[in-house]
Amino acid sequence: MSTPHDSANSVFRLGLFRDFPTLMHYRDFGGYQALANALSGSPEAVIGEIGAAGLRGRGGAAFPTAAKLQMVRDNPPGVRYVICNADEGEPGTFKDRFIMTHIPFQLLEGMAIAAYAVGAAQGFIYIRHEYPEAQETMRRAIAAARAAGLLGADILGSGFSFDIEIFSGAGSYLCGEETALLSSIEGKKGRPRLKPPYPTQCGLWGKPTLINNVETLANIPPIVDRGSAWYRALGTADSHGTKLISLSGDVVRRGLYEVPFGTTFREIIYDYGGGLKQGRLKAVNIGGASGVVVPPWELDCPLEYDACGQRGITIGSGAVFVMDDSRSVLENVRNRIDFFLHESCGKCTPCREGLRQAGRIIHKTLAGEAVLADIDNLERYTRTMQNAAFCGLGQAAGNSLISSLKYFRDDYEAMCRDQNQAAPKEATA
Amino acid sequence: MTTTVNFNLNGREVTVPAGITILEAARLHGVKIPTLCHHPDQRVKANCRVCVVEVEGQKNLAASCATTVAAGMKVKTNSPRIRETVQTILELIFANHPQECLTCIRNGNCELRRLAADYGMLEVKGEMVTDALPLDTSTPSLVRNPNKCIKCGRCAEVCHHVQETGVLYSHFRSVDVQVAPEYGKYLSDVACVLCGQCAAVCPVGAIHEKDDIASVWAALDDPGKHVVVQVAPAVRVSIAEEFGQPPGTIATGRLVSALRKLGFDRVFDTDFTADLTIMEEGHELLHRLKTGGALPLMTSCSPGWVKYIEHNYPELLPHVSTCKSPQQMFGALAKSYYSQKSGIDPADIFVVSIMPCTAKKFESQRPEMNASGHQDVDAVLTTRELGRILKQAGVDFATLEDDAFDDPLGISTGAAAIFGVTGGVMEAALRTVYEVVTGQELADVEFTAVRGLEGIKEATVDLAGTSVKVAVAHGLGNARRIMDLLRAGQADYTFIEIMCCPGGCIGGGGQPYGTTNAVRRQRIEAAYRVDAGLAIRKSHHNPAIAKLYEEFLRHPLSETSHHLLHTRYKNRSLYKLKG
Repeated sequence: MSTPHDSANSVFRLGLFRDFPTLMHYRDFGGYQALANALSGSPEAVIGEIGAAGLRGRGGAAFPTAAKLQMVRDNPPGVRYVICNADEGEPGTFKDRFIMTHIPFQLLEGMAIAAYAVGAAQGFIYIRHEYPEAQETMRRAIAAARAAGLLGADILGSGFSFDIEIFSGAGSYLCGEETALLSSIEGKKGRPRLKPPYPTQCGLWGKPTLINNVETLANIPPIVDRGSAWYRALGTADSHGTKLISLSGDVVRRGLYEVPFGTTFREIIYDYGGGLKQGRLKAVNIGGASGVVVPPWELDCPLEYDACGQRGITIGSGAVFVMDDSRSVLENVRNRIDFFLHESCGKCTPCREGLRQAGRIIHKTLAGEAVLADIDNLERYTRTMQNAAFCGLGQAAGNSLISSLKYFRDDYEAMCRDQNQAAPKEATA
Repeated sequence: MTTTVNFNLNGREVTVPAGITILEAARLHGVKIPTLCHHPDQRVKANCRVCVVEVEGQKNLAASCATTVAAGMKVKTNSPRIRETVQTILELIFANHPQECLTCIRNGNCELRRLAADYGMLEVKGEMVTDALPLDTSTPSLVRNPNKCIKCGRCAEVCHHVQETGVLYSHFRSVDVQVAPEYGKYLSDVACVLCGQCAAVCPVGAIHEKDDIASVWAALDDPGKHVVVQVAPAVRVSIAEEFGQPPGTIATGRLVSALRKLGFDRVFDTDFTADLTIMEEGHELLHRLKTGGALPLMTSCSPGWVKYIEHNYPELLPHVSTCKSPQQMFGALAKSYYSQKSGIDPADIFVVSIMPCTAKKFESQRPEMNASGHQDVDAVLTTRELGRILKQAGVDFATLEDDAFDDPLGISTGAAAIFGVTGGVMEAALRTVYEVVTGQELADVEFTAVRGLEGIKEATVDLAGTSVKVAVAHGLGNARRIMDLLRAGQADYTFIEIMCCPGGCIGGGGQPYGTTNAVRRQRIEAAYRVDAGLAIRKSHHNPAIAKLYEEFLRHPLSETSHHLLHTRYKNRSLYKLKG
């Protein structure tokens, strides 16, 4: 990870990204001051500070974090849980793994503060099975925090007790969907549940549960430590703080970047990523597998929730995948539809059957066997998935399709038989 | 708390009870929203997504079955966006569905086909991607065709949450999703009780009764066969539904006429052997009370329940009455008593049962059910199959005149008529046991405490100074709760009635499609009307039964009775392991 801006304006504890992260290092860089601050004040004050900072969920949905904390807190007294969603599964996204393997204590501290805010005594980190090194680092970090009195009973002598367990996912993309994740921890199939009731009211084993992404929780300590005013100054009027961007594809410097909100995608690709390795920019996929494909002229859009929303760009988990003109947008979209078809839980019709039909048409198109009417059907199936699928996965699975049909329809039509003189001839009997 | 909410439905302000879904609210106001995975008695699944509507302010369409109406909500159930979405979802389902509508057992009553017609489906624009999975024809009762499954989950829901048998699960993911027994096993290899509740709630032809109409036609067409038919008590209050009449229509007389028109040589009544069951089972209870036999005594009329206890609680089998079910008692008598009386060789007698039940097909084929030296019952048709065979024969059910059952196996009482409803066997037994024990006439024959759709019902009856506590359960989930109490030594009952299907036989797995709790209530009410309308309402007052004992059986629990009318059940494991 490297950033062009100085560490004073960084949410993440820079300087720790070497070897195995130790608690001592983390504390040297100001770690756990936030927890001490939080515990000396009221839970309401913590929520108030996070609310003032304008932190929004970094997992993709961008829900205001303070509102979620308050919803869990508002339940009648009783057992409640904090769950860290570390089922990072978006292809091209690697920010959560980075946080867990390099700054695990920042996550643990964020969870402890969140737990204090909502009144939870138990937390879980749901780490995907494919991240064994992150699981190992988090285990060691939990043990170290526990030994130092930063987890477990009576944290820092405050009377507040909170402990964390690691839960290894069973290997399904869908388990990143919060209700499917709950089912998975409960030992059931990782399939989404009906909402309402929302997890904030009726979550793990029926108890109020706070579920947040790794990056979201890791944002909490700096906010509590350095204040909401400092945090708000990092972003724009609409989107506050910074965002971790997983930059990959045909750029010179691929990697993870912490960028302040308001940075344009062009800056991310050219200033942070050093521009393209070769060729010309063809398209950029923003937001991971469930994100959108945009042409170069959309890149002056700033990384900002409103600005992106207006243009139909989903920031999602913050993946940016750059494609030069040697790549086929259709192949890229096909790969993502194949991915979703594999990962669909199969519960609802639009997602299960819509992805099957969409996949068929894209494969047919790439094989030069589709006709223009197939493209219309592809669009209709995708609309149906977006309109009517049961959960966010199915609704978002068509994003790459819809955006590619919007910007790159010519590429589809050029591959259709009735647009192409050189179409394969019908086999004769 | 406000008990109503106002919201805007298709541009009109309407008032509905608070807490109901958009789907329910729309139906209250005459707006039909299509559904497939929805079932009024089941939990909300929201899988199929054909019930989507527009809610103002929401980006996506909302599943109306899963969205509660909120005050001030603006809902549209009909818009170009909704129509396109619903039509596309139907098209997506059809692309993965065999286009065998004309040769499907659900032709004419398939919920998917009905929607396709309503939505003017003229073509499937997507690519046909049908499955070629093997059919499960492993049991005598049910056929499972996974290729027609639309993954709505209604069968799995009833199997898990009503019957709690847990046989059908949703497996795998994505397009590989299947609703099936575990590890691709056949129904014959798992602890399926063949109750057919899955078939009763399936919207399409993915699981259905095994059709035995051909074997019945073969017997009827064979001049060498003397074909007799018996009709279960629950069929007379449901068969009219197969011909478009409302649930709860009593059609006893027309049913007899219809069966005569089919060509049966004798039309008899399972109600006769229901009365006989009361005599045998009632005396078995008295015998156990006197001799210290295993108590509580549990009824054995319901073959799904019997198979269930064999699989799940075999150690409690000594509590189960040794009486065969009325269906099997009838078969045994038809090929012994009736054979003797009529002078017809039992080898030439072919016994057909009309049952509300799919498990009865299995029961009739249990190898031990051949006391006369011949299989007691040769063929079983469900109510639905009866509807079909009557249509094949061109019987115009609506215009039939009433007719009466044949002697001697056709005379019955009100006690027998209520065998078809939950609590009916208990009530019938109490009417007889009370009078036998006390020697006094029972003034009020109606034991209302054991009536109704409540899952487990209890009553205490005073029998000449001794209080006898009884329990009634219907649906195997409720049976499980009683069995667990019994196993824990916490059930202080003397007599327990259990019926496999919710509502008893009127809610059987072979009953007309569209059975819901509302329909069950109508059929139950009709069964009690049949009882109330009969001159004789106690089994031991049935003159034909008295004659049967006098001429043939001698007395209840006699040697002949034991030989013909009683049986033993066996321990079945939960899983059949293949070698």
